[in-house]
Amino acid sequence: MVALAKNSQNLEVWKVLESVKDPEIDTVSIVDLGMVEKVDIEPEQIKVTLLPTFLGCPALEIIRTNTKNAVMGLPGAKNVEVEFIFSPPWTSDRVTENGQKGLKEFGIAAPPRHLEEDGSWHVDCPYCDSTYVTMENIFGPTACRSILYCKSCKTPFEAMKPVSTIM
Amino acid sequence: MSAEEKKALEALIFQLADDDFLFSYRGSEWLGLAPHIEEDVASSSITQDSMGHAAMYYKLLEDLGLGKADDLAHLRPAQERKNSVLTERVNGDGYYMDTPQYDWAYTVVRSYFYTQAKRAKINSLRESSYEPLRDIAVKVSMELYYHVMHWKLWFEQLLSSTEEAKSKMVSALKLVVDDMGDLFSYGEQKELIERFDLIDSEEKIQNNWLEALRPTFEKLKLDLPIIPEPKLNGRNGQHTDELQTAIDTLSEVYRLDTATNW
Repeated sequence: MVALAKNSQNLEVWKVLESVKDPEIDTVSIVDLGMVEKVDIEPEQIKVTLLPTFLGCPALEIIRTNTKNAVMGLPGAKNVEVEFIFSPPWTSDRVTENGQKGLKEFGIAAPPRHLEEDGSWHVDCPYCDSTYVTMENIFGPTACRSILYCKSCKTPFEAMKPVSTIM
Repeated sequence: MSAEEKKALEALIFQLADDDFLFSYRGSEWLGLAPHIEEDVASSSITQDSMGHAAMYYKLLEDLGLGKADDLAHLRPAQERKNSVLTERVNGDGYYMDTPQYDWAYTVVRSYFYTQAKRAKINSLRESSYEPLRDIAVKVSMELYYHVMHWKLWFEQLLSSTEEAKSKMVSALKLVVDDMGDLFSYGEQKELIERFDLIDSEEKIQNNWLEALRPTFEKLKLDLPIIPEPKLNGRNGQHTDELQTAIDTLSEVYRLDTATNW
């Protein structure tokens, strides 16, 4: 019985974490981005373990606070701890299918799953799906994004940078 | 962990932390001044990543019981700093609040050489005997991939551009190489750091760095740099006055109130 209760409580926490959005991209949650590594329900506290996308990301503290507040809102939650760990490392293939959709909706191309031999990569335009795009700047407005330009619909757009442990 | 191993570990992490901290501080001084807006975005992004790397190393030292990470970054006096002299050097003449006459060629050469040296160290740290360093290395590696690509591109472009660009790059190369004596050094802690398999030997890291540069230098028909003996060894706390000025500036706000949560 106890195990069952714990399990359903765990699911409730995961569910509420889906309401914690990326502070700048309100169409994707930290679950969609693959940032949630695990949820531990202990007698005295609920612990959420997160993976930072990029190490110098200034949004990490905002995400920590938002995560804590969201879980605290659950009935019976008294003590909530949010911890960032580096291992396993966050990689861009952790972004879920739902996350890819949410990014596209916001005008950001999802991180490509495939890298060329020389390390270059390709995404399609998130607005018109054209493949005729150019890389403007591999570094974008935030650490995890690059700036591109669509030659078909003449729109600048961003893409989430691929990062993998083979790099 | 034995007392000696802990001492070796602390010595190494201080060097890694202080290197990235000063390197990214100098990078941050370029904000708004880079040659064009796209470069301003790119180099600021690299600077932010590198500051994140330094913060992680300081956190590791905090976990080892050496004091608060923010204090370690802001409050240690110059003679206790273990960064290499190359990372503390100013970007050029002038002050960024006044009329900075910064040298972009110098920044390109310093950043490319430093980042490629960091690559050699990070590759080695992926095999470190200390697990938290292995974990950090995997994470840093992914971000570093883009940094190396960026600085290498600038380096190759400017050296195969106009005569003026080339002559500025050649002068910058001399300045950078002159200061590189301690970049691959572990200072007085060399024997200790190398004994516990925390990272490869100084010689091996330096050699891997040279091998990584070789294809680029061959393409550009340049002789590979010869690293001089250090005049000052930052790993032993020997520094230029430029470090003290940097610390005074970067810690000015933090020192106003060290108890506040910035």
